[in-house]
Amino acid sequence: MAGKKNRRMQQLKKEIKRNKTAAIALIFLMLIMLVSIFAFLSPYPPDKVDVMNGLQGPSAKHWFGTDELGRDYLTRAIYGGRISLAVGILAMLISTCIGVLVGTISGYFGGKVDNFLMRTVDVISSIPWMILVTVVSIYLTPGLKAIVLVIGLFTWMSTARLVRAETLSIKEREYVLYAKSSGQSLKKVIWKHVIPAVFPTFIVASTVSIANAILMESALSFLGLGIQQPLSSWGSMLQTAQGNLANAPYMAILPGLLIVLTVYSFNKLGDLLRAVVEPKTSGK
Amino acid sequence: MLKYIFKRALQAIPLLFIISIICFTLIQLAPYDAVDAMTTPNMSKETIELIKARNGLDQPAYIQYLYWVKGILGGEWGYSIVTHESITKDLSVRIPNTILLVLPAYLLALFLSIILGLIAGANKGKWADKIIDGLSSFGIAIPSFWMAMILVFIFGYHLNIFPILGMHTIGNEDSFSDLLSHMVLPCTVLMLSFMPELVRYVRSSTIGQLSEDYVMVQQAYGAASSWILFQHVLRNVLLPIITIVGMSLPMLVTGAVVTETVFGWPGIGTYFVKAIQGFDYPVVMAIMLLSSSLVIIGNLASDLLYSIVDPRIKGMGE
Repeated sequence: MAGKKNRRMQQLKKEIKRNKTAAIALIFLMLIMLVSIFAFLSPYPPDKVDVMNGLQGPSAKHWFGTDELGRDYLTRAIYGGRISLAVGILAMLISTCIGVLVGTISGYFGGKVDNFLMRTVDVISSIPWMILVTVVSIYLTPGLKAIVLVIGLFTWMSTARLVRAETLSIKEREYVLYAKSSGQSLKKVIWKHVIPAVFPTFIVASTVSIANAILMESALSFLGLGIQQPLSSWGSMLQTAQGNLANAPYMAILPGLLIVLTVYSFNKLGDLLRAVVEPKTSGK
Repeated sequence: MLKYIFKRALQAIPLLFIISIICFTLIQLAPYDAVDAMTTPNMSKETIELIKARNGLDQPAYIQYLYWVKGILGGEWGYSIVTHESITKDLSVRIPNTILLVLPAYLLALFLSIILGLIAGANKGKWADKIIDGLSSFGIAIPSFWMAMILVFIFGYHLNIFPILGMHTIGNEDSFSDLLSHMVLPCTVLMLSFMPELVRYVRSSTIGQLSEDYVMVQQAYGAASSWILFQHVLRNVLLPIITIVGMSLPMLVTGAVVTETVFGWPGIGTYFVKAIQGFDYPVVMAIMLLSSSLVIIGNLASDLLYSIVDPRIKGMGE
């Protein structure tokens, strides 16, 4: 197992050297995470209202200007990034857990269990995500918790399908068959043998699902159905920016660019990991 | 063939049934009484009871469900609890508006994507492919509302060429050119947001086709590469696109929720967002039922179409 991991790490390093865009994407992601973690180092508090200096354009004092209440816009965007990234990562964790659980159970047990779970996946996937997520969110109090739950609980279907397909082939491998026949408990077989084997599959899927969750969150917050004041995310900042588009267009630039670059980088990271996990497809 | 169609259609019916039960349950769970949509506060208690009885609302839930399904099949989708308007009437005005926006945008996007995808796939790894593929992976990351805001700022505020709100200029409702100029920006946004995934799809399927044996045979016979591309590869690339087109059917209704909101276009998207914000449960559920039915029907249609054009597929679904 250790040898296999080392080989994967080497493959990853090689792939990063070969693929310059992915390397830049990786650096960008690390940078944005660091900035979000150390957001408190900014000289401006994120909520300090200074209406006299509202809607000022970019200057040496405020690099990206101030918003309609005179708050430093760069600081707001950094704190907004915290929320956007948190939503992306937490929603991904929820959806990956459910997806892996449903996928392995479905693939491992087969038969009626498989049939029931996969038909459930069919039902949930036949409601367009935008509709599903907004409909469920009206039954919850809007806010950070609601949006993480809603995105996490209703985006696991593709992960489940992928993991199920992978489990179907893994459960026929000799070491799993051996573990089963040597009398190991069901929980142990799934936990120790099946899930580690599907790990590469869902790690790729989860990287892409962070990107999707960030995009979903931004769209919902833009429609006013996501993050609520006083918190703000990149999406809700763009909602405010839309109202000031005529007199303060610079407000639309920064959050939008940050969304695009972050989502792009997570997708590239997914491509990179996929190339490491499934070397065959890397040529495409 | 008929057997396959029949079997596939039978699979879709339970799905539709379950979706309808989910919608009905969500309406029942909602913190309001269905009769509120039909009454006014100053009606007497007896009148309200009478209306309740007439609409079957005093019956147990499963009978109410049957009434509800009967109504939906007969084109009676209930009433909004906010405006008291008939949902059927509202939908019949708004769906054509959305189609007017989505259909041209989708067709244009499809056409351009096929061309760009073919070019990229045929020149895999060269600069044309790098540009097209690079732009598509950026395009996937761009939120459509942000693109809309940028276009609004440049063409609406800065250059002042196109109107940025609504469908018509007031007092100019019958002018076609006025409608057209209102359509330009939202259609562009939709087209650009549909394109990246389509381009990537066409590109990878072109690359897949080019590595097939029949291409090698043609090359061995000395056929020109453009002839191979248009005579053979194009046809095989277009086949799976039928699937994609079928699956895009629900977009005619829900494909433009965000874009319509930015441009204040009076379609299904703005109707839905308003209903969500006003907790107008009957409207929300009607749209949910409609859009999920379209997803199921779209998937069914694309499967059937595909099995007609490519008979090989029939055996694979078993």
